[in-house]
Amino acid sequence: MNDTVATLEGVSKRYGAHRAVDRVDFSLSAGERVALVGHNGAGKSTLIKLMLGLVRPSEGRVEVLGADPGSRASGAARRSIGFLPENVVFHPSVTGAELLAFYARLKRQPVSRNAALLERVGIADAASRRIGTYSKGMRQRLGLAQALIGRPRVLLLDEPTTGLDPALRQSFYGIVGELAAGGASVLLSSHALAELENTTDRVVVLNQGAIVADGTLGELRRQSDAPTRIRVTLANQSVASCSGLLGNDLACIKVSEQVFEVSCPEPAKLETLRRIIGASLPLSDVAVISPTLDEIYAGFLRREAAQ
Amino acid sequence: MRPVGIIALRELSDGLRNRRVIATTLLMAALALTLALLGSAPTGTVGVSQLAVTVVGLSSLTVFLVPLIALLIAHDAIAGELDRGTLTLLLSYPVARWQVLAGKFIGHALILAIATVLGYGIAGFALAYASPGWGGEATTAFAAMVGTSVLLGAAFLSLGYLISASVRDPRTAAGLAMGAWLFFVLLYDMALLGVLVADQGRTLTLGVMNVLLLANPTDIYRLLNLTGVSHTSLLAGMAGLADQVRLDRITLFAALVAWIAIPLAAAGVIFARRQI
Repeated sequence: MNDTVATLEGVSKRYGAHRAVDRVDFSLSAGERVALVGHNGAGKSTLIKLMLGLVRPSEGRVEVLGADPGSRASGAARRSIGFLPENVVFHPSVTGAELLAFYARLKRQPVSRNAALLERVGIADAASRRIGTYSKGMRQRLGLAQALIGRPRVLLLDEPTTGLDPALRQSFYGIVGELAAGGASVLLSSHALAELENTTDRVVVLNQGAIVADGTLGELRRQSDAPTRIRVTLANQSVASCSGLLGNDLACIKVSEQVFEVSCPEPAKLETLRRIIGASLPLSDVAVISPTLDEIYAGFLRREAAQ
Repeated sequence: MRPVGIIALRELSDGLRNRRVIATTLLMAALALTLALLGSAPTGTVGVSQLAVTVVGLSSLTVFLVPLIALLIAHDAIAGELDRGTLTLLLSYPVARWQVLAGKFIGHALILAIATVLGYGIAGFALAYASPGWGGEATTAFAAMVGTSVLLGAAFLSLGYLISASVRDPRTAAGLAMGAWLFFVLLYDMALLGVLVADQGRTLTLGVMNVLLLANPTDIYRLLNLTGVSHTSLLAGMAGLADQVRLDRITLFAALVAWIAIPLAAAGVIFARRQI
């Protein structure tokens, strides 16, 4: 699992005074699923374009599959890279099968395998229809089929789940999981953080071009100052003021008549739980709410802004 | 070279599919036929070949129409694909940028060539059918006219590519393309004529005049077609100019080819250096 397929070392990309990518160190291992997270303009697309050689770094070194992606020597490496751009608009008057045939020829792959790809993304029925008649989800899946031509070893997917409904998102992440299990590395960027839980191995948080966090979701939870919340429901006793129940040192808010919530940092979770249970309250239910990725993300951005 | 062929074929089949080729062919055939039939009306007694009249008429039409069609096709080639995101995708494939440019150019030039040869060819055959007695010289002039029309189209395709590779927004490219059309097709000759009249031959020598004519592909095209054959130059009112301008056909031809090669090469250099 440790063979690296892509490396970025101290990579920056400046457009005038604006730093689109700021001193990024990053690597991608074989079979790894990594999510790039950040709001619009955080540098996700530029980072992917740097890895494709479409944009040359102002400083630093990029290597993908053993070659500098911007060099002439990268032709062989490119055949093993699959890419899905953000917001791609295919020619509306060609059919899905024709479009895929064009891209397969460019990658020197047999066109005969395309039917299986269309089957895999679930648009085999529409293969002979013009792309102009496709729904947004179908176009997105056609784009994914295009990225899968020739069993790529590295997949770079820019906002691949925009326009997909929840069922399609699930099947999309199913495909990503299969690819990663087959040894391919998948780097995808996303806004929708909730869907990345359990579907990615690692999350990289970008803000203003710089990596502000990089790790598994568990690691990110520990690093972030986003609090874990413990929701306590009392049986037949109303909450007058919750600080009176547990002491003044716990951050606590009343949610409804019989429910209150205690916030604590992730490392102090167990100790806080012990205190709640030991406080001889008429407990009806205790629920631990881990911070969602959205809250973690917001926490990192708050910390960045404070610095 | 393989990717060049794949991309050229794609452009050609897109052109056939979105009816661009058919529409252009029909437009050119219709205009050519109209001119041919109108041109054939008064010639019976003056003894000028009908085809010669048609060559003059069609050349004058081509100077306006073919650059317009070429710029309409070409201005979108890079900027439009960039806007739709397909260029980013295409360049992530094992394809060099010059191959993308060359493939698209060949595809577009083929579209233009098919439309011109078919459109004008239909008119030529109709004319030959209507009046079988046309001379060999006029036939050569007609064939040369069709050939140089394709070259003129290719020169404006090159200009369109240069515009398309230089700007980010396809609407800017469209605006600049129309500007280029206005400049080369209408304004340039008017300005040249104005300067000639005002100058009264004091500073504008024949040598300068030659260079000024070579600096515009439409003027090269006019000189090639309207002065080449004695009948046509008399008819086109270019006889005076043809006597004065000492530019042989090889120079004119080379200049037209340079108008294809240089803007295209410049487009290639700009495109290669661009950040996508």
